Amino acid sequence: MSRYDHFTSDVLIVGAGLAGERAAIEAATQGLNVMILSLVPPRRSHSSAAQGGMQASLGNSTMGKGDNTDVHFADTVKGSDWGCDQDVARLFAETAPIAVRQMSAWGVPWNRVVAGTRMYDGKEIHEAPEKEGLIAARNFGGTAKWRTCYTADGTGHTLLYTMDSVVIKLGISVHDRTEVLSLIHDGTRCNGVVARCLRTGKLRVYTAKSTVMATGGYGRLYGASTNAIINEGNGMFVALETGVVPLGNMEAVQFHPTGIVPSWILITEGARGDGGYLLDKDLRRFMPDYEPNKKELASRDVVSRRIMQHIRKGYGVESAYGPHVWLDIRHLGEKHINTNLREIANISRNFTGIDPVHDLIPVRPTQHYSMGGIRTNIDGMAYGLEGLFALGEAACWDMHGFNRLGGNSLAETVVAGMVVGDKIAKYTKEASTHVSSAQIEEHVRFQEDRIQALIHCRNGKENVYELRHQMESILSENVGIFRSKEPLQNAVDQLHELHQRSFHIGLRSGGQGADPELASALRITGMMKLAYCIAGGALARTESRGSHYREDYPKRDDEHWLKRTLAYWPTGADRPVLKYEPVKITELPPGDRGYGEASAGAASAKR
Amino acid sequence: MGHRQLTFHIFRYNPEIPKEKPATVSYVLQEETGMTLFIALNKIREEQDPTLKYDFVCRAGICGSCGMLINGKPTLACRTLTKDLPADITLMPLPVFKLLGDLSVDTGTWFRDVSLRTEAWVHTEKSFDPHSQEERMDNETALNIYEAERCIECGCCIGGCATANIKPNFIGAAGVNRVARFMADPRDERNEQEYFDVVGSEDGIFGCIGLMACDDNCPIGIPLQGQLAYVRRKMAVAGWKR
Repeated sequence: MSRYDHFTSDVLIVGAGLAGERAAIEAATQGLNVMILSLVPPRRSHSSAAQGGMQASLGNSTMGKGDNTDVHFADTVKGSDWGCDQDVARLFAETAPIAVRQMSAWGVPWNRVVAGTRMYDGKEIHEAPEKEGLIAARNFGGTAKWRTCYTADGTGHTLLYTMDSVVIKLGISVHDRTEVLSLIHDGTRCNGVVARCLRTGKLRVYTAKSTVMATGGYGRLYGASTNAIINEGNGMFVALETGVVPLGNMEAVQFHPTGIVPSWILITEGARGDGGYLLDKDLRRFMPDYEPNKKELASRDVVSRRIMQHIRKGYGVESAYGPHVWLDIRHLGEKHINTNLREIANISRNFTGIDPVHDLIPVRPTQHYSMGGIRTNIDGMAYGLEGLFALGEAACWDMHGFNRLGGNSLAETVVAGMVVGDKIAKYTKEASTHVSSAQIEEHVRFQEDRIQALIHCRNGKENVYELRHQMESILSENVGIFRSKEPLQNAVDQLHELHQRSFHIGLRSGGQGADPELASALRITGMMKLAYCIAGGALARTESRGSHYREDYPKRDDEHWLKRTLAYWPTGADRPVLKYEPVKITELPPGDRGYGEASAGAASAKR
Repeated sequence: MGHRQLTFHIFRYNPEIPKEKPATVSYVLQEETGMTLFIALNKIREEQDPTLKYDFVCRAGICGSCGMLINGKPTLACRTLTKDLPADITLMPLPVFKLLGDLSVDTGTWFRDVSLRTEAWVHTEKSFDPHSQEERMDNETALNIYEAERCIECGCCIGGCATANIKPNFIGAAGVNRVARFMADPRDERNEQEYFDVVGSEDGIFGCIGLMACDDNCPIGIPLQGQLAYVRRKMAVAGWKR
């Protein structure tokens, strides 16, 4: 019996969330043989948890009147704090309306415009009869127009189920419960992956002309995250561990203003978009003091910092889980809450035992999104290895720069799936297979050796769960919303030591078959490397931009830092190597975002 | 506040090692404020038995991964608070689905098979034109579709269904609800006769014997009783026309 099963395809897609599935559909409809690998059944992917919506400048709703791709482009660039590549942001904004309409044609039940008058934040809004039945939009942070298309607060769920129904219809092969351990490559070309079956524990080899990483973000490096527990950055660290593929802007970590206390489940931005307020311990609405124009709907980095700033001033509500603020949606009324915001009503009831129809929701900023990831060009090709692509949250494409706007991640997954999927198909049609059995054997043997060492505790008896909890708290305590030199240096030093200790893990379980402890142990060293890149990148970047806020360098510094961090991990190295590349500015020169610290400096003096 | 000592009686079996018989193993844990079964099971795995298998993904009641029998009732473990349970808690895997080990079952394969058998995608002759405006839809219709679309495929309705437990090909309430979702969608151009071929059988809507445990057990409150009645009525009419 062979030591491993071997599968081949034209295109191998790792990750069955929206980005991976959309790219798979694109390649399959162009006649290619596509295979998808996924940690979990596709419909369990973290895309399903996205509640709020997907940005596209349709301009159907009254409050979106006059919206177009230029405005969406400008909002995205400002949101990114000029950290994005503008050619990518432009391509994205132009394609988003097509992407939303195509998802509609495929079956997403987008909420539609209803003609008539309703109240919003104390104002009357009239929806025009001639727009009745077109796709509606809600308000989201950092946008000049209402642009976020939605299905109640289950937007990600409906998008993913619809996308997956097309994957099923097309007969695309999906191997779920399969975890990628490493990329098969020769230093110049990627030829596939070594993976482990999470049903049997057996190793597998997948070879393909093109390999695509669509594995999502790394939220679970931080203990307190809104992310699903599968979001451990797998695609990013297997790419990093090739030694030649860099990760872009890993220090750009988004904190969402409203994670529910204490389970850190996301309360969608749609709650504030639909008119919810933030209140402090005196039940006073404080955001207008800091951000008189955008209030609760400044961009996420700004609102998160303002909440923490207000808590630091002593206006937080004390709790057993640390201070928090309140989110108030009671005034939206029972009907609205139980239909358009039903998921958050359920989350509040089930996890904290409160009813948002009558009660305030306890919230605090929580790790939410990774703007950084596998650095690619505008075609989605990874730097460093031919035949390797990345898209979605796993990638640094880079349209989010240092802060992503709400509703732009769902939009990115589908848009990048269309655009990059097409590039993958074109590339694959011209490509040929180059992999030798010796190369496969070398990569399989490396993983077999790792597994045997862990099972037999050959290198020590470190406990994987203990190391993991230490990593989580180092990041949460030192590389959070407010950053400065000393804690960052501490984080780097501690992560250096922790990374070394991760080579000495030994299993207590015996590691047989689909053992869950073995799965954790196989991941942990790669996760440590990602954590190291985040902390190292943040320490080096002596400015504040978007979500990266240095208290010792509070201003954005375009003269020195209008550039992207590229973190490499050379084979055998014990720390990352940081390099930099310029950000591409095509249309919109760096300026004021129109909200945030730069334009509301007087807020603290007001109180 | 003094917390209870909880005893978890957990079903253990590894189908990869069939010579080892299934067993129930007990684990003792100190209860904490706000403790869910997600927190409790992780503690047991990290501190007491690293071989324990179970499935969580979103841990927020959204993804449907963690359906299991909790003191006999099929429901989601992630959002079950220990304070709502007695001090003795029995955890068993959902029946019907293939057991992968301990509390982990293969819902993914089961639901994919039902999606294929019911052809659960929009059937249309129209092709998408990227340059034209979207087709209009009444917002009430969109909300009606979403009402059925909300199913998270956790399998609780299937695990608690007597028919599904004795008839291996029965598509159950989740399968029927999936069909109802496309019946409600004007974009799907299938007619009643075509739907009859998909669900007008003993493995489909006529296999249901109306015990309605599905409706009681749905953790997200989809009105399955109503969806079953809707599809049954339509298929009965379609059947008479044959």
